[in-house]
Amino acid sequence: MKKMKLVMVGNGMAGVRTLEELIKLEPELYDITVFGAEPYPNYNRIMLSPVLAGEQGIQDIILNDLAWYKENNITLHLNKKVVRIDRSKKIVYAEDGTEAAYDRLLLATGSTPFILPVPGSELQGVIGYRDIHDTNAMIEAAGKYQHAVVIGGGLLGLEAANGLALRGMDVTVVHIMPWLMERQLDQSSAQMLQKSLEAKGLKFLLEKNTQNLVGDEGGRVKAIRFKDGTEIPADLIVMAVGIRPNTALAESAGIHCNRGIVVNDTMQTYDPSIYAVGECVSHRGTAYGLVAPLFDMAKVCANHLARLGIARYQGSVTSTKLKVTGIDLFSAGDFTGGDATDEILMHDAGGGVYKKLVLKDDKLVGAVMYGDTKDGAWYFQMIRDGKNVADIRDHLMFGQSHLGNSGHAGQNSAALMADSMEVCGCNGVCKGTIVKAIKDKGLFTLEDVRKHTKASASCGSCTGLVEQILASTVGGAYAPQANAVKPMCGCTEHTHEDVRRAIREEKLLSIPQAMQFLNWSTPNGCASCRPALNYYLLCAWPHEVQDDPQSRFINERAHGNIQKDGTFSIVPRMHGGITTAAQLRRIADVTDKYNIPTVKVTGGQRIDLFGIKKEDLPKVWADLDMDSGYAYGKALRTVKTCVGSEWCRFGVQDSTQMGIDLEYALDRMWTPHKFKLAVSGCPRNCAEAAIKDVGIIGVDSGWEIYVAGNGGIKTEVAQFLVKVKTKEEVMEYTLAFTQLYREEARYLDRTVHYVERVGIDYIKQRINEDAANRKALHERLLYTLQGAKNPWASENVNAREFATLKLEAADTATTA
Amino acid sequence: MNNWKQVATLEDIPPLGSRVISTPQGDIALFRTAENEVFALLDKCPHKGGHLSQGIVFGKKVACPMHNWHIQLQDGNAVAPDVGCARNYPVKMEGSAVFISLA
Ligand code: SRM
Ligand SMILES: Cc1cc2nc3c(=O)[nH]c(=O)nc-3n(C[C@H](O)[C@H](O)[C@H](O)COP(=O)(O)OP(=O)(O)OC[C@H]3O[C@@H](n4cnc5c(N)ncnc54)[C@H](O)[C@@H]3O)c2cc1C
Ligand code: SF4
Ligand code: FES
Repeated sequence: MKKMKLVMVGNGMAGVRTLEELIKLEPELYDITVFGAEPYPNYNRIMLSPVLAGEQGIQDIILNDLAWYKENNITLHLNKKVVRIDRSKKIVYAEDGTEAAYDRLLLATGSTPFILPVPGSELQGVIGYRDIHDTNAMIEAAGKYQHAVVIGGGLLGLEAANGLALRGMDVTVVHIMPWLMERQLDQSSAQMLQKSLEAKGLKFLLEKNTQNLVGDEGGRVKAIRFKDGTEIPADLIVMAVGIRPNTALAESAGIHCNRGIVVNDTMQTYDPSIYAVGECVSHRGTAYGLVAPLFDMAKVCANHLARLGIARYQGSVTSTKLKVTGIDLFSAGDFTGGDATDEILMHDAGGGVYKKLVLKDDKLVGAVMYGDTKDGAWYFQMIRDGKNVADIRDHLMFGQSHLGNSGHAGQNSAALMADSMEVCGCNGVCKGTIVKAIKDKGLFTLEDVRKHTKASASCGSCTGLVEQILASTVGGAYAPQANAVKPMCGCTEHTHEDVRRAIREEKLLSIPQAMQFLNWSTPNGCASCRPALNYYLLCAWPHEVQDDPQSRFINERAHGNIQKDGTFSIVPRMHGGITTAAQLRRIADVTDKYNIPTVKVTGGQRIDLFGIKKEDLPKVWADLDMDSGYAYGKALRTVKTCVGSEWCRFGVQDSTQMGIDLEYALDRMWTPHKFKLAVSGCPRNCAEAAIKDVGIIGVDSGWEIYVAGNGGIKTEVAQFLVKVKTKEEVMEYTLAFTQLYREEARYLDRTVHYVERVGIDYIKQRINEDAANRKALHERLLYTLQGAKNPWASENVNAREFATLKLEAADTATTA
Repeated sequence: MNNWKQVATLEDIPPLGSRVISTPQGDIALFRTAENEVFALLDKCPHKGGHLSQGIVFGKKVACPMHNWHIQLQDGNAVAPDVGCARNYPVKMEGSAVFISLA
């Protein structure tokens, strides 16, 4: 089959990112040709500031080298500006006459710096700040001349000024407004910023209007004159007064533009064969000037170029971070305030810290931080998620001071960490390694950082720290993905919620059926979505859906925990932590018979047998004749109990029996993640009920039920749900909560994550206040568990899973 | 030189699953994809020796159960950015009989 032709004009960050996404989806669909006006392959434009400041070299910021284009069979025309598009013939022409025919055309022409139309603006030494060429011109000027003037006190202007000052020039920033970065900062924070920049040697002239630029005999600029008649010397003028979407080419071809090439939510222009992405675009009336939105656009555009046709771009919330070493400044969202908004303000002039949070309808809509930006990523995430912050409003300003996560030496602020300090305790990754990978490899997303460094790829407890490091290293280019719209995995655009809804509403009954209905982009998913889908199907349609063992992690397939050497460990159930002499005797006997090397009493009040060969498992289970304790599963783990009123002098309730009953009731149930209970006989709480998914505490007048505690990675104390009188009520409430969690949590969320997302008030409303709903939930769980089988019982063992094939016998016959 | 030995039939291996063959050279994992292709790799992950046979099979890859490296079934190479290679063995099918070559 003949491939279609895709031509891209503009070899910059948005365009090439689109190609990368496209190649991931459909590597063979197109013959790709790229035209770039610059002589370089795609580089990281935002890192021009560190290059100017002398912190990095040009070679460090190349994102896709020439070999990349070659490997992907992309025809690359460098140094060739496209000057004409013939839309009827579908051909583009470059300045030098090179032409290329297209079936699809992608415009990614970026933007151009706006040059003030004042007399003298054409003089030598007057430049914008956009590309490597401009950067080199500045570096060269710094070597020869003394006086630099930067017009424009925005992000770009300040970064240019800082770089030129570091290269030894005497720099003045001229700004027309009364304070710096007026689009991001309010007056107080801008003044703090100005002070610290002055301390670095920069000078400022505010509320100054340029009249004209004065040249010398050689035609080079030598001074700048203002409307108030004053004048200062200038051998270099950098104009950083704004950018304009580069629409010249599109306009000349008659493509509809209105302050940008106008595109719809699929990144298509008014000509259906022509797409556009990046700074040259106007989407719903907005043209963006930061890379994070461009990456979102790239993803959507690639999806449509790949003819999948399901993604939509719906605009972005942006954040900015000033990349001047030693100055911490972060702003995100809408921070100017207004009638319907509330502001929370903190201003410590002496300590050099300023924070402003803007709230609207109990949601965070904007944030500005100066001096202490460590919570920037956290606030930004809340802005993007549109999270209701009423519950945490009181301590919102103090930040995510306690992440409640373990395994990184109590550190929760990346800014305060030295390069050599460990960030990820699971994989032993320190801060310096992460920063280096971000810079060297040009990483922009958490996902990329995980892939390349493994930081936060295991238990995830250091995710917050890694995000902070990412945000402070790449600046405004960092975009945490809004949780509410995060796809399940790379195989789909759909969120967990979308998928669960479709499974319920369309009555989808198998993984292939679900994947087909939901347009999965991979033939049979991946190791992350298949287990989730299997669970969602089983949860939605009990007794109708067939379990798919091939979509389960090995532990749930072999009903034991895999160990580093490939052997397994197993934990038999001891309901409520109670055992008998007969059980202990059988455990002792199998230990001898199968040479089990280690027998350990677990933290969950039962016994773990380690180092069993896989093929021995079915025999061990038969000899043990006990129930599986599901220590391997996303399932009920233990119900921890204390001795309670049976024996204990303080006990006011029979916690042991309550625990045993609950463990029988909830046994053999699959859940989104592991599920743990505890029952204590009095408020001394010897069963540690406060850190369990459901914790029950006996009191004189009945039982208190707590939910969503966690003693693991994200240590969190359980929240009070309800107080009840009878054992029957304990059962009903506990099972109802369990079923709510089963039906609504995302796969691999513990109750602590689920309840954090929906809020305890919602749980109370669904369980406590709505009795009919509580009973219905309770019923659904009972129905689900009807006839559930012990996976260790001989009649339920899938022999093919455990038997090895032997080579000797294989020549003649095969095993079953 | 190839030294073909029949080791299994297609039905021995679950679709999107695997079986282990114990051989004098060590355990070999046989994988079956959704399209009924069969591949054979030494049952040892290039990362830290995890048993690849116990992983989840998807597309033409397997996810190691230890630390989730993705290994390509055709050549045993780890999917980038991870680097490493598990030894692979030629496989041929005659009808539903599966042969591997240990030479
Ligand atoms: C055996 C045991 C340690 C012990 O010797 O006491 C244990 C052993 C393991 N834990 Fe645990 N945990 C054990 C009690 C706990 C507890 C304490 C408790 O339950 O009272 C916790 C904290 C409480 C909690 O979960 O809230 C605990 C929090 C974890 C976590 C973090 C879970 C989280 O969501 O934060 C993991 C990792 C995971 O599940 O992803 C984990 C994972 C593991 C795994 C399964 C690691 C793995 O994936 O292979 C270990 C399996 C060993 C094996 O082969 O059997 N283990 N683990 C305990 C078994 C209790 C039981 O009888 O079932
Ligand atoms: C110094 C500096 C610092 C920045 N810092 C940040 C930051 O911290 N955070 C952030 O998010 N963003 C930052 N930005 C903005 C960011 O770099 C841009 O948003 C991003 O590069 C835009 O990508 P793009 O692909 O749309 O355009 P570009 O990357 O500009 O690519 C467009 C390319 O198209 C080429 N082109 C144009 N017309 C034609 C034609 N007719 N034929 C052939 N080629 C053509 C251009 O030469 C250019 O190479 C910074 C920008 C600069 C200049
Ligand atoms: S038993 Fe738990 S804490 Fe101990 S090493 Fe394993 S996962 Fe970590
Ligand atoms: S041993 Fe396979 S991923 Fe670590």
